[in-house]
Amino acid sequence: MSGQDKRVQDAAHAPREDFVKGPTVIPFGPQHPVLPEPLHFDLLLEDEKVLGAIPQIGYIHRGLELLVEKRDFADYVHVAERICGICSFMHGMGYCEAVESLLGLPIPDRARYLRTFWCELERVHSHLLWMGLAADALGFESLFMAAWRTRELVLDVAEETAGGRVIFGSAIVGGVSKDPSDETLARCIKALALAREEVKRLSMVMLQNITVRHRLEGVGVLSADAAYALGAVGPMLRASGRAYDARSLGYAAYGEIGFETVVETAGDCMARAIVRAREIEQSFAIMDKVVAAIPAGPVSVPAKGMPPKGESFARLEQPRGEVVYYVRSNGTRNLERFRVRTPTFANVPAMVEAMRGSSLADVPTIVLTIDPCISCTER
Amino acid sequence: MSSIERSPWLIHYDASSCNGCDIEVLACLTPVYDAERFGCIVTGDPKQADIFLVTGSVNHLNAPIVKNIYDQMPEPKAVVAIGACAYSGGVFAECYNVSGGVASTIPVDVYVPGCAAKPESILDGVVRAAQILKEKEKAMRATRKAERKGRKAEGAQR
Repeated sequence: MSGQDKRVQDAAHAPREDFVKGPTVIPFGPQHPVLPEPLHFDLLLEDEKVLGAIPQIGYIHRGLELLVEKRDFADYVHVAERICGICSFMHGMGYCEAVESLLGLPIPDRARYLRTFWCELERVHSHLLWMGLAADALGFESLFMAAWRTRELVLDVAEETAGGRVIFGSAIVGGVSKDPSDETLARCIKALALAREEVKRLSMVMLQNITVRHRLEGVGVLSADAAYALGAVGPMLRASGRAYDARSLGYAAYGEIGFETVVETAGDCMARAIVRAREIEQSFAIMDKVVAAIPAGPVSVPAKGMPPKGESFARLEQPRGEVVYYVRSNGTRNLERFRVRTPTFANVPAMVEAMRGSSLADVPTIVLTIDPCISCTER
Repeated sequence: MSSIERSPWLIHYDASSCNGCDIEVLACLTPVYDAERFGCIVTGDPKQADIFLVTGSVNHLNAPIVKNIYDQMPEPKAVVAIGACAYSGGVFAECYNVSGGVASTIPVDVYVPGCAAKPESILDGVVRAAQILKEKEKAMRATRKAERKGRKAEGAQR
């Protein structure tokens, strides 16, 4: 433990009267205007400089992993989707992929392509949501409104193809439950082309605005080695110069469609913003390719019988980074164990590191550039 | 026309929702749905808020925070519980760390159905809450008037 770390820890556990001597402790959250979700930090400050942050989580822990023992394995998808409302389809799908590999159940090609389509749709809506919230944290109200207006175009497509706006409800064990026709998909691609133009414009507004650049450039720098050592994932890791994206595993239809890992090297808040902006653009391109290449055929196969005794993993790339699902079965209809390692949980240590040495006013910016999803983290 | 009905300020707290309802609450505040046409602004300060939007169920850790925010809000105030979780725990009702709906901690005026609740129904809930606020304000005024009258009568007797 370095000297500074020890100082930070001593201050956190010091009796109240010692606070006057040590660093100032400022509570951040759980109810905070910047974040819609409850996340709590004890920020330890020396003047304006952040010496360290001690995260405290648990405000929205529900304990849904244990629910897997009470539900039928095929019904549990509904709960898995509600791990988080932002990347809900991917959570449902990740659970399904883990169970399908346990069952040894190959899913139809059309289902794989549709899953890819909805994954990318969700990535676009999540990144636009992030863009709006980040703009709001910077005080850029008009960009917040514009980003969310564009996001509505994406949600309309989600509602038309999957049936839900935020909780899609279309992933099932053995495929997908909705089958949008090719005409519907073609119409959606046209609608998405509009959104794509708008996003291009918004990204330019955000990334070239002089005020935004002053707030983001050189703030919350995380080196490539530190990011890797602390286990950062997703845009947080890629913005620090490590090209790692779980989509390269080729799950769903990514193997056939192909994609390019977006990497930036600066490692600051600006680099993380650029990574997300470029990822939105790429997601639109992937959706175009999916709709152009989608094969005809059934969208699901029935999941018959019990899952055999054993365990299995599935890994996906969510908007916030890599997520790992683990399921273990004891041969009955109720699984024995379900475990999720979510991206925000992996990113919290890296975020605390990025905060160290920054000023108090930059804390909301740094928190938002990891795009925290507390609901995933605590489950 | 009551001013409180025409421009209620909102405060939002995510008790333990899955984010689905939270992002729909935010969608209500942005273009397309735009709660601002009903005079609503979202504020981070409970002391300036009139309507409390709660999403998700309550557990032992966040119940004091929900209570604290509610207590800090000045009268008259209204509570809108958004989504199935805020009503009963919803899909998580059987989870070990869910102690029930929001009503187990604070009094709720309006329930918004849905999992996740749609922005249209959240807007409906907010508009209903604004009407409830108006009635509460009216009732408060009447009580105050009665109290004043009572004091006057007491003074005359002396």
